[in-house]
Formats: sequence, structure tokens, C-alpha cells
Amino acid sequence: MTVLLAVAVAALALLPLAHIVVAAVDVGWSGVAELVFRRRVADLLGNTLRLVAGAVAVCTVLGVGAAWLVERTALPGRRVWHVLLVAPLALPAFVSSSAWISLLPGLDTYGGALLVVSLAYAPFVYLPAVAAFRGLDPALEETARGLGLSSWAVFRRVQLPQLRVAVLGGALLVALHVLAEFGALAMLRYPTFTTAVYDQYRATFNGPAATMLAGVLVLLCLVLLLAEIRLRGARGYARTGAGAARSPRPVRLGLLTGPALVALATVVGLSLLVPLAALVSWFATGTSARVDWAALATTTGTTLALAAGAAAVTTALALPTGWLAVRRRGPLATLLERTTYLGSAVPAIVVALALVTVSIRLLPGLYQTVPVLLAAYAVLFLPRAIVTVRAAVEQSPPVHDDVAASLGVSSPARLWRVTLPLLAPGIGAGAALVFLAVVTELTATLLLAPTGTETLATAFWSASSALEYGAAAPYAVVMVLLSAPATVLLSRDPSSRDVRRGLTT
Amino acid sequence: MSALTVTGLARSYGRTPVLTGVDLHVPTGTTTALLGPSGCGKTTLLRIVAGFDDPDAGTVELGGRVVAGAGRGVPARRRGIGFVPQEGGLFPHLSVAGNVAFGLPRRLRRDRARIAGLLALVGLDAALADRAPHQLSGGQQQRVALARALAPEPSLVLLDEPFSSLDAALREDTRRAVVDALRTTGATAVLVTHDQAEALSTADQVAVMRSGALAQLADPRTLYREPRDLDVAAFVGEAVVLDGVATGGRVASELGELALGRPCPDGPVRVLLRPEQLRLAGGPGVPARVCGVDFYGHDARIELQLSSGLRVSARAEGADLPVPGSDVTVAVQGAAVPFPAAPAVGRPEVPAPA
Repeated sequence: MTVLLAVAVAALALLPLAHIVVAAVDVGWSGVAELVFRRRVADLLGNTLRLVAGAVAVCTVLGVGAAWLVERTALPGRRVWHVLLVAPLALPAFVSSSAWISLLPGLDTYGGALLVVSLAYAPFVYLPAVAAFRGLDPALEETARGLGLSSWAVFRRVQLPQLRVAVLGGALLVALHVLAEFGALAMLRYPTFTTAVYDQYRATFNGPAATMLAGVLVLLCLVLLLAEIRLRGARGYARTGAGAARSPRPVRLGLLTGPALVALATVVGLSLLVPLAALVSWFATGTSARVDWAALATTTGTTLALAAGAAAVTTALALPTGWLAVRRRGPLATLLERTTYLGSAVPAIVVALALVTVSIRLLPGLYQTVPVLLAAYAVLFLPRAIVTVRAAVEQSPPVHDDVAASLGVSSPARLWRVTLPLLAPGIGAGAALVFLAVVTELTATLLLAPTGTETLATAFWSASSALEYGAAAPYAVVMVLLSAPATVLLSRDPSSRDVRRGLTT
Repeated sequence: MSALTVTGLARSYGRTPVLTGVDLHVPTGTTTALLGPSGCGKTTLLRIVAGFDDPDAGTVELGGRVVAGAGRGVPARRRGIGFVPQEGGLFPHLSVAGNVAFGLPRRLRRDRARIAGLLALVGLDAALADRAPHQLSGGQQQRVALARALAPEPSLVLLDEPFSSLDAALREDTRRAVVDALRTTGATAVLVTHDQAEALSTADQVAVMRSGALAQLADPRTLYREPRDLDVAAFVGEAVVLDGVATGGRVASELGELALGRPCPDGPVRVLLRPEQLRLAGGPGVPARVCGVDFYGHDARIELQLSSGLRVSARAEGADLPVPGSDVTVAVQGAAVPFPAAPAVGRPEVPAPA
């Protein structure tokens, strides 16, 4: 029974990929070749890969550098810096990108796109790097110092090799997000596959051209996903000794303290203060600055209702898979779990496109209705729920079930009295993560929301696309306020792998 | 309370046989220890008795009723068997009272007096009733787990390595409290352990398991003094094994002529002595050289080398100990237990991991 449910969930997650495969078969090889092997696709590929490579490089340097400064040096105010470095996660990338372009209209270049995207996604490298630094055994560094290595040599020869897995994982996450990013890049008018799919869809309403572009995009994502699976299999740098690691003695920076502070201040200023300052200035200037409270309240209500619905549906769908992954370990359970992760690696634009086609072809009555939108959210955010549900199941070992059975408690009563109470915190956390993700979701909502239904993200999007930044500002503020709790959660305990993976996968 | 009878129980996982025909009888109101090295199948036996696993062959009878095997499988929740898992397995979302009352019918779950009585039974203060499990020490958690298992008045209580996670000081107190509670309720109990001292001191009878089968079932004294073979002898305590020749109820060995504890045919034999039977005497005896002294406080273990080169252990009281390298004489007290002089015995068998 559980297996059947999990298979159904995996099938839902595979829907976008299946859609592309079916479309490719329909078009035939010559059609595919005609649509894919052309100048426009080569340009897009160049644009996309340049941006991915650039963003990965910048995010890695920023993330690892900042993590080292915050975790391992005697820099003043390290806790404050930590919160400020995580905070950009509360700012949707399309909001900060609108902020930048409103201040500097000349940013619609590769440099501008690289700047905005890197600043938005640097926390994806920073957080795992911080967690990895905390997990490093200081005894190894002390040994290296005892062997006569300098601080730099210790970093390069001892710490960096151990950070490799965490940093590469973060870098892959950055790459996947850049591939999927729509709002920020559309705002900066930097064409990548994702924005091209959207334009093509708007122009020809889901012709095979859009689907084939999506196919190339998905191929890129799959390559990254394979890399990530190989990487996870290879993680093997555990502390070998027993007992808790001591906290290390921070490195004194001496004369370099000033430059280090300036560097951190620059990163925080660019990623946080500039967008926030832009938001404030939108309120202060312009004729569109009057807040339409009624519209804001309606939109917020719609968004919260959709987010709550998506949280409930997605968490319910996550339960069978998360349960199997722990309690029935084996190739089948692993396959089903991995399949759902595949869905989240596919960009929202592709998921939306697939659901548009499927609903029009198979269930025309459902096209642009809430159920289809909720299905898209479920495909996109299932991993967040599964990761937390899975962690909760891991923490409630089967011995409790055995004991309850030996005490004469029937199977449904065991579910009610033992299993659900033990899983409740994990289920709640998973639901909260999905809720927060839906609040700022833009791409799928743009394509799938019922006509006339506006969420905070789409309302912000339409206002700022029309350059009515004053009208857009209140929606951005509400989104930031709603996302802030998750960011606080992350900055408090970045070593909690589950929260981190749940938020960023 | 009911007697437990296990007959011909077998179980394999894939191609690995874990139990190969176990017979075991636990009389009503007694405690039996299942003793064996890790991987010998004792936990599997316990789980089959509890109903968490099914046997491939053989039967489990509880109070004359077949509950497993022979085409029957009574589910765990209908067997009326209390289960105390390793490290207690307390429900983390319930208080101590909620845990203890878990298996009681709904109307009895709020009966504070009953819960206080159950906590008193395992030697815990009723003031602990509202604590959360993580606020208890390991020993207290074990006691609460036992109170929880005893609450519905089960016909049998199973304890899976109940003391192995406790440190030495706590272990002794907890062990006594558990034994007292089991005696008070007159419970039939089966306790799994890999610690021979724990098994000998806790149980009315000890079942020694070896690679999936029962090697010997006996009361602790018989087991220690008259083990069935030298493997069991070495497993339940330190053994001094000597070759000798038996004639007319006595044996000539390297430690002199010894009395035999039981009759055996004349001819070559191997005999078992326990280290505490070897006394270091100033007077007559067999000469030996002291190789090492492990001092424990209350007594000491002295490693001796005999003139043939054979090394044996002796136990001596802590007061007057020889120094390593000195020469002493050894006298043997009490009788030696004879075993056939077959070649492959005398060394403890290395258990196969399962």
C-alpha cells in the first residue's frame, strides 16, 4: 500500500520529464534536430553556461571565504555577520534584481546578471561551508600546525580537502538554481534557456519549440544531478576519533582585520542593503507609491491560502516516500526517493509547461485551476518535505512500534498513539518549508494560476515589469517578512543538514 | 504468568542460518538468561518469542498455547508478552507516567496510584512520574521500561540486553532493582545478555547459546562447576585446562594428583579447574614462576608459568601478593572436572558473526 502511494508520487514527479520525452518522440528526430541545432540555441547555451560558470566561481569564493572568516577567525561581530550573510535568502532573487535594475538601468548585461545572481545564491555555498568548518576536527589543524604549517598552508592542505564535498554540493546547488532562475534574469533582460522557454511559450503557446528548449535545459540539469549523486556517494571525510570535537582557537587576523571587515561589509551591502534601500526608495518616490491596502490584503490572503494548501498536499505526498526510505531500505525505496528529487532539479518553467500541456490534453477542465497549480508546487517542493519527514522517521526507531505492539496496542492505534506524535515535528517542519517556498514562487504561478488570481510574487512581477516600483514595493515587503522566519531558522543552526537541504534543494 | 516452551526453533536470513533448532523450557515464575557472544542468535530468539519475527521451523508455546510455528502466528499484541528493549525504548513524546500507563486500558491510564505502585515496584519515586524520558538517567529509563512492560500483567517478560548500555556503578543497582521487581511480581522472564557475570548472578537458569543452538541449559552453579564441554567452561568463566591421565577416580596432571569431580573412564583426559581453586602456598606444592599480577582490589589474578612452560591463572586475595618474577608453589583445592581428551577442544571457539 505504502509502496503504491510512493510509486504514484514518483510518477507525478516524473511527469515533466515524461512530457518532454513524449513531445520529442512526437516531433521525431529530424524535428528535434531542426529545433535544437540552430543559432539561437547555441547563443542561449553560451549565455547560460557562461552565467552558470561565473556564478559558481563567484559564489564559491564568496561563500568559502566568508565562512572561514566567520567560523575560524577572531573577527569582531562574527554572529552578526553570520546572520547578515544568510539574510539574502529571505529576499527572492527577482526582488533584488528589480531593485538593482531600478537603481542602475544599465545592469542588463552579463556582468549585471552575474552580480545579482551570485549575491542571491552565495548563501547556498556559505551555509554548507560553515557547517563543514564546524564539523572539522580541530585536532587535525593543531597537528598540522605542530608540523610547522602556516595558517594559509593549513587552510589549503588540511581544511580545503575536507571542505571539498560540502562546497561542491553547494556549488552544484547554485548551478541548478541559476539554470532554473527565471524572474531575476527576465528582469535584467539576460536571455538564458529558462527565459527563452517562457518567451517562446508566451509567443506560440506551447509549441514544440518551447518544449525542445526545455529539453535542452533539463539535460543540463540532469548532468548536474548525476554529478551530485556521484558526489554524495563519495563523501567520506568523517572524524575518526570518538568524543565531541573541541571548538578551535580562532585565527587572529592582525593587520588584515580591516580589509576582511571591508570585504564582508561589501558583500552584505551589495546583497542586502542595496536591494532594501531600493525598496525603501520605491516607497518614498514616485506617484505609484500609494499602497492599495485592499489589493494587498486580497493578494496576501490568496498567497497564504495557496501556500497552506500546497504545504498540506506536499507533506501528505511526502509521507509514504519518506517512510519507505527509512523503514524499507533497499533499491526500490532509494529509486523512489531519488525520483522525487529529480522533479525539484527540473526548473519550474519546465514543470509548469508540462502541467499546462497535460491538463489541456487529458483534463481540459483542470487547465488553470488550483489543483494543477498545487500539483506543480508539489512536484517542485516535494524534496523539502521528504527530507524533513525522512529525518523524523529516522529519529523514531521501530523499537517503539515493537514495544507498543507487545503492550497489546493495535496497528491503527499504534499509528495514532506512537508514530504520528513522533513524526509530528518533522511533518510540521516540512510543511513550513513548503509553505515558505510557495510564498515566493513566481515562474510556475505565472503560467498556471487561474485567470485573475494574483499571488504576492505575480503581483510584484506585473507591477515591477511595468516599472511601477512603488506599487510593487508592498508585495516585496510582505514576501520578505514571510520568508524571514526560515532565514532565522537557518542562521541559528546551519549544521542541521536536514533544515539546510530542505530549504535549498 | 505462564511457562515458555520453545521447540526446534530455526530461522535464517537469506542463506545465513541464525537459529538452528533451539529447544528451551522456562518454568513459570523463573528467570532465564540467554547468554552468548554477539551474533549467536539470542536476540533473534527473543524477537521470535515476542512475535516481532516468525520462525522458519519449530514452535513457541506460551502457557500451553502455541503462539508461533506449526501454521500459527499469534500477533505480538495478542501474546501478552512484556518487552524491554535495549536502552529502554521509552516513548520520547510521553512522560514517565504516560509511558508506564501505555499498555493499560484507557480507564486505568489516569490512575495515579496504580502508576505510583508500578514505579515503586521498580524502585523509583512516584515524583518522577511527570518527568520526560530524557530527564532520566539510563538506569532510571531501564526501570521505567520494565514498569511499562509489567503494567498490563504479562504472562512473560523479555529483556534484551537491559543493562549493557549502563556504566558499571549504575548497572549493579539497576540489575538488583530489576531482579527484585521480577521476583515480587513472580514474573516469568527471559533476559538476553552477553555478560556471563550478569547471567550467573541474575538468573535461575542460564541458557548458553552458541552459533544458533543451545549449548547448555542449567542453573548458574551447575553451569559454572560442571559445564557440558570446555567451550562452555571457557565462556562462563576463566578456565585452567590441564592434560592428564585418569586412574581410579584421580588424575595425574602437571599440578599434581587431583581428585575428579565425577567418575570417568581410566586413560588420558583433560581436566578443568577454576583459577580460584589454585592456591599459592608457601609450603608443599607444584613450583611455578609468577609472570604477572592483575590487581583488582578485592582480589588479584596471578599469571603463573609451570615448569613445562604452560601458563595458568590463579586468583588470590588482595593482601599478600607475590611480585612478578618470584618463585611460588601451587596447591589445588577441590576436585577437577574431567573431559574426554579429544584433540579439538580446550580452546574457546571463535563465534561466527551472523
